[in-house]
Amino acid sequence: MAEIIRFRDDEPVDHPAVTVDSFLDQSNANAVRVEPGDDARALIPHLAQLHLVEVNFPAFGDGRGYSSARVLREAGYDGELRAVGDVLVDQVAYMKRCGFDSFEPDTTLDPDTLGAALARWPEVYQSAADTRQPIWSKRHA
Amino acid sequence: MYLYDKYDQAMVDARVEEFRDQARRRLEGKLTEDQFKPLRLMNGLYLQLHAYMLRVAIPYGTLNGAQMHALADIADKYDRGYGHFTTRQNIQYNWIKLEEAADLLSDLAKVEMHAIQTSGNCIRNISSDHFAGAAADELVDPRPYAELLRQWSSFHPEFSYLPRKFKIAVIASDKDRAAMRLHDIGIRIVQNEAGEPGAAFYVGGGMGRTPMIAPCIREFVPLDQLVTYSEACLRVYNRYGRRDNKYKARIKILVHELGAEEYTRQVEEEFAHLQQQGIEPPLAELERLKTYFADPPFDDGPKTVDRSDPDFALWVDRNTIRHKHDAHVSAVISLKPIGGIPGDASADQMHLMAELAKQYSFDELRVMHTQNIVLPHVRIADLPALWARLDEAGLGAPNLDTIEDIIACPGLDYCSLANARSIPVAQKISERFSANGKTAALGELKLKISGCINACGHHHAGHIGILGVDKKGVENYQLLLGGSEAEDVALGKITGPGFSEDGIVDAVETAADVYLRERSDGERFLDTYRRIGIDPFKEALYG
Amino acid sequence: MKLLTGNDLKTGAVTWWTGHDWSIHIEDAINAGDRADEIARREEAARRVNAPYAVDAEQRDGKPRPLHIKERIRALGPTVRPDLTLKPADPDHREWVI
Ligand code: SF4
Repeated sequence: MAEIIRFRDDEPVDHPAVTVDSFLDQSNANAVRVEPGDDARALIPHLAQLHLVEVNFPAFGDGRGYSSARVLREAGYDGELRAVGDVLVDQVAYMKRCGFDSFEPDTTLDPDTLGAALARWPEVYQSAADTRQPIWSKRHA
Repeated sequence: MYLYDKYDQAMVDARVEEFRDQARRRLEGKLTEDQFKPLRLMNGLYLQLHAYMLRVAIPYGTLNGAQMHALADIADKYDRGYGHFTTRQNIQYNWIKLEEAADLLSDLAKVEMHAIQTSGNCIRNISSDHFAGAAADELVDPRPYAELLRQWSSFHPEFSYLPRKFKIAVIASDKDRAAMRLHDIGIRIVQNEAGEPGAAFYVGGGMGRTPMIAPCIREFVPLDQLVTYSEACLRVYNRYGRRDNKYKARIKILVHELGAEEYTRQVEEEFAHLQQQGIEPPLAELERLKTYFADPPFDDGPKTVDRSDPDFALWVDRNTIRHKHDAHVSAVISLKPIGGIPGDASADQMHLMAELAKQYSFDELRVMHTQNIVLPHVRIADLPALWARLDEAGLGAPNLDTIEDIIACPGLDYCSLANARSIPVAQKISERFSANGKTAALGELKLKISGCINACGHHHAGHIGILGVDKKGVENYQLLLGGSEAEDVALGKITGPGFSEDGIVDAVETAADVYLRERSDGERFLDTYRRIGIDPFKEALYG
Repeated sequence: MKLLTGNDLKTGAVTWWTGHDWSIHIEDAINAGDRADEIARREEAARRVNAPYAVDAEQRDGKPRPLHIKERIRALGPTVRPDLTLKPADPDHREWVI
């Protein structure tokens, strides 16, 4: 397992995340792992208790996790949101826009390439889960 | 037409540099082909039958002369002197080198063009009515709405790894010239009873393996919620569209399996939620976009023209379309010369079309989904001069919407997914009908050919459709009848067993003859087919 | 016989395995036999070829001819643009393809 890249300053949760099913069952964990087929909305009643949500990407082409992330951020979740698994360097910028603030890719990301990818987009066209101001908003500021 | 501001330009320039970097990493071996493939596809770069193929976006089919000149220059500089206009109003180059692709994209960016999202499982280039802004029958120009959605869908952070590709069409007329209901989302700009403009959403149409006509899931979305409603449609799809089977991954299958009603319920729920998220651009943005599509300065002039040359008169009758300003017409440049390759244009022809646009059509051109080019705003007084130049360059075929105006996908001559060649069949049919003289009598007859079940050649929607199949390693062709992509949308039915390459040409003539024998006054082929059904055709074909 | 084919990574050109290298001319192709997969893996890893795969072929008139029309079109070029094929001047090439 490669190292974790974090874009937040708080202490990381130091125990493993449980599955959504077992979280909903026992409900005292503070870290949960969302699989592509899980409904992230099921976590909404429990967000205050959660410090870490891992969203698993078993294959980079399965984009359901992007929606899971936004659903959680739109519901007000402000704990750590970590993309785990087959996370490619060219995807990280999009994932950040969907609300991910930490990354645990299966394969280590080259720091230079990652830096370049994150600095790539001077502007954004949409309002998403990050704080970037969309182009349409700048045009009519 | 729309012009980039500094923001749009910065995004396209950033994309060029991103791709340059990705291509470099691939060439250096830092990316495997599996990892590189989705990245290059999102930039329209395929590995095709003979080489890399690049698909360049022509948003809603609109371009200006400088852009058409640039497309021609690219054909000469990076390809083999020609390009292929597609049924999604784009252009494809067939012989691109990976090591030059970033330079090509950089040349495109200089004229505000790109290849962004012309492939991949993302929201593709948005298509529209090729007569937008010119048609006498439109409610409004649909392109500002298409441009709004183009920007929203570009580099969308949530919807770039969808279950499958996603195609949107926007129209604003009762007439459907964009196959709107055969798209993943078809949007029609309408007016409600209070006279306010809004959008009707049709979701879950498509061709391919399982053709479906999109049901209307909402008759009126207010214009200040277009982006939010689209986002809701896409989010439900991204979360619940099937990912277990590539052939069942399009949104049409989700809508079909859930039922339109349940899909709509989920979209409405998501929509209610997203309305709280502030993701909709202000109406002022739509107003800004509209200013780019204001009418050019049409001037009054003669409404008739000297028709004493019969060849010219025929071209005017067939290839020009009524315009909202009565001293103008929209003129269609046919890319279907007899025996030619449908949709192909040489660099010289592209340069000429660009010049003619500048001279005669306020510097604007359109790409039709039928693989022809439109000069949208031509003064009637200029038609003789325009026609003379087109005719001289072999671009004056008077065959719009006739049996010689065939849509054909690249097929097995270029496409690695193909089962059979499409182009030679199109060539033989157009030669056959121009020789037997039946074209005029047949009138409007839309013939569409695909080289495989993917249906890039829209065979399901042809009055006559042809589908290439692989019969034990030999090319074979199925015949379909009765499809339409227009406002009378319908899916064609297969007549029966397939035909050989020459057999299918005969079969098309047989079907045409049944129509000529059975038609009543004023009926088109499609009307006769709908009245008499498929049986008389089967009888003639196989009886 | 089995031919090994793929595309050149940089240019995209269709290439054929000659036993020690890759050629755009199918006449140079050799029977890769049951070593096709192993050669493909090795050559792709070295980036001397992109997306290689094996195709069934026969020997006809002393040169290899793929059994499927798709591979024959790949070998020479589009049938509708003889001018762009590898054998623009050869009147027999169409027959070979179709
Ligand atoms: S319909 Fe099939 S053969 Fe034709 S271009 Fe599309 S994928 Fe290729």
